[in-house]
Amino acid sequence: MMDNLYMPYLMRIDRITYEAPGVKTFMLKFVNEADQEKFSYKAGQFGEYSVYGVGESTFCIASPPTRKGYIECTFRQTGKVTNALSDCEEGSIIGFRGPYGNVFPIEEWKGKNLLFIAGGIALPPMRCVIWNALDLRDNFKDVTIIYGARTVKDLVYKDELKDWELRKDVKLVTTVDPDGESPDWKGEIGFVPTIVEKIAPSSKGTIAIVCGPPVMIKYTFPVLAKLGFTDESIYTTLENRMKCGFGKCGRCNVGKVYVCKDGPVFTLAQLKELPDEY
Amino acid sequence: MNIDKRLVRKDSLEKLFDILKQNSKTIYAPFSKNGKTSFMDAKSFAGISTGHIQTSESSKDIAFPRAEKILDYSKNKEGMSVKGIDFADIPEVVLWGVRPCDAIGIGELSSIFNWDYKDEIYNNRLSKVTVFGFSCNKSDEYCFCTSVGGNPGNTAGSDILFTRMGEDGDYLAEIITEKGLTVVSLAQNLFEKSETLEREKFLAEVPVRFNHEEIRKKLDKFFESKEWIEESLRCLGCGACAYVCPTCACFDIQDEAHGKKGSRVRCWDSCGFSHFTVHTSGHNPRGVQSARWRQRIMHKFSYMPERLSVYGCTGCGRCSRACPVDMNILEHLISIQEVTV
Repeated sequence: MMDNLYMPYLMRIDRITYEAPGVKTFMLKFVNEADQEKFSYKAGQFGEYSVYGVGESTFCIASPPTRKGYIECTFRQTGKVTNALSDCEEGSIIGFRGPYGNVFPIEEWKGKNLLFIAGGIALPPMRCVIWNALDLRDNFKDVTIIYGARTVKDLVYKDELKDWELRKDVKLVTTVDPDGESPDWKGEIGFVPTIVEKIAPSSKGTIAIVCGPPVMIKYTFPVLAKLGFTDESIYTTLENRMKCGFGKCGRCNVGKVYVCKDGPVFTLAQLKELPDEY
Repeated sequence: MNIDKRLVRKDSLEKLFDILKQNSKTIYAPFSKNGKTSFMDAKSFAGISTGHIQTSESSKDIAFPRAEKILDYSKNKEGMSVKGIDFADIPEVVLWGVRPCDAIGIGELSSIFNWDYKDEIYNNRLSKVTVFGFSCNKSDEYCFCTSVGGNPGNTAGSDILFTRMGEDGDYLAEIITEKGLTVVSLAQNLFEKSETLEREKFLAEVPVRFNHEEIRKKLDKFFESKEWIEESLRCLGCGACAYVCPTCACFDIQDEAHGKKGSRVRCWDSCGFSHFTVHTSGHNPRGVQSARWRQRIMHKFSYMPERLSVYGCTGCGRCSRACPVDMNILEHLISIQEVTV
């Protein structure tokens, strides 16, 4: 039989982590060792995760390529497939095909400061590149992470946030929307763009990576511009609806650009070239 | 290879059909019923339609079926077993009676299924198809193949192109590819050498209505035009245009479960549907019908030429014939050409 582009790898759910209401992380291991051996990916890439009999759903690979032997995905229970995924237990078999799409050019960022800005459920695509950078920590200067969610409960990767908070080589700022705080909340209170403005990270020799809901991104870009970031030094990811993941099914294009092939990673300079259809 | 021209007598076509059948070929040919002409599995030569201008739907589903299993799965005690398509099960097919605008569409579909990632399911199906094109000796007001680089006797995409020389005449057969030659070798004596073969005067006349290169250039600056709204106000978003189109390739992937077993199916879809691009969050990048109509035209006349070096339209005119509210792509393209940007 010849190659079938649509044939997923069989993956066993090795561990399920409850992250936030409706949000879970799966650690997935390849059922067939040979698949594991030939599989490789880079930070920023995504895949199609499937529950057999229900369908496929698109998310990023949330674990860094520097950690071998497994991949992780984090998803919020919202639609048919994510509901079915959420019903899966440790040991269940699901499908995964990928990796697809372009990558964060992390090699080009050597010697730079990295500023990560994420909102809500958009930390997962960034977590891959954050850990990738931290695993190669000597390659970069200052690493700053600004992460916000609507409420304290909605913050994902709580254990890792603690890790990052304790690390001397990472500056972590967490924030929740006004009225989203709990009595013992010690982080910031305010929307992500406001907090970015308040922290005012230096744009000199800094790459900014911004992932979040469209409204957060929309208001964060002007703040970064005010801080002196150029359009070429700001990276984000687009999350258009996809079915195939490899440029055939016709859904994810923004003008002549295919998010699945030319993205999902774009600089702000590239985004500005696109029609307003994402 | 050089195109070899042969004479096939009008009463030899049936013999050719029978010889192909004896060689275990499946033959898909157009049949007319209740005002609709469709490609069907032809059990006998009798009844194959020749008088139609165009089949109601294109012939694309021979390589890109409207709903196609891409894998089967079954859950068992040990876990899960998943099986892909066995390409050996795909039959050898002769696609009989394809109009040149459909035949050339196969190449456009192939560009989509083969840029970057190669879709071997599509390629395997296509590799088993031999295309018998039949030139057009008549056309209607919806036809515009000559405006997008085609013509009623275009050989592109056919393995053999038949042109009928006169209303009740014999056929000129142009043998275009190795695949075509292989078929001819099965019925060598039916393809006669002849000195008196002529085709141009028997072909339909299809006037050139617009310049597709000019349209493409214009579309570069046309994204924000109000024309999209005006032209699509009556669009129902029904997707009929995409379903009859020889080059529309947008698809969905859905699972069908039957107890512990099931299949994953690739099915035709359309950029005209309101839910086509909607995100899980509810956000829809193409939230209005005019944005979806714009996508259809831009994809075919701007994005495909730019990314794949082919146009996504063969001028078959089916979308206009099929549209329940009489939207007419030809008229719209002409109006784009006339508008000053």
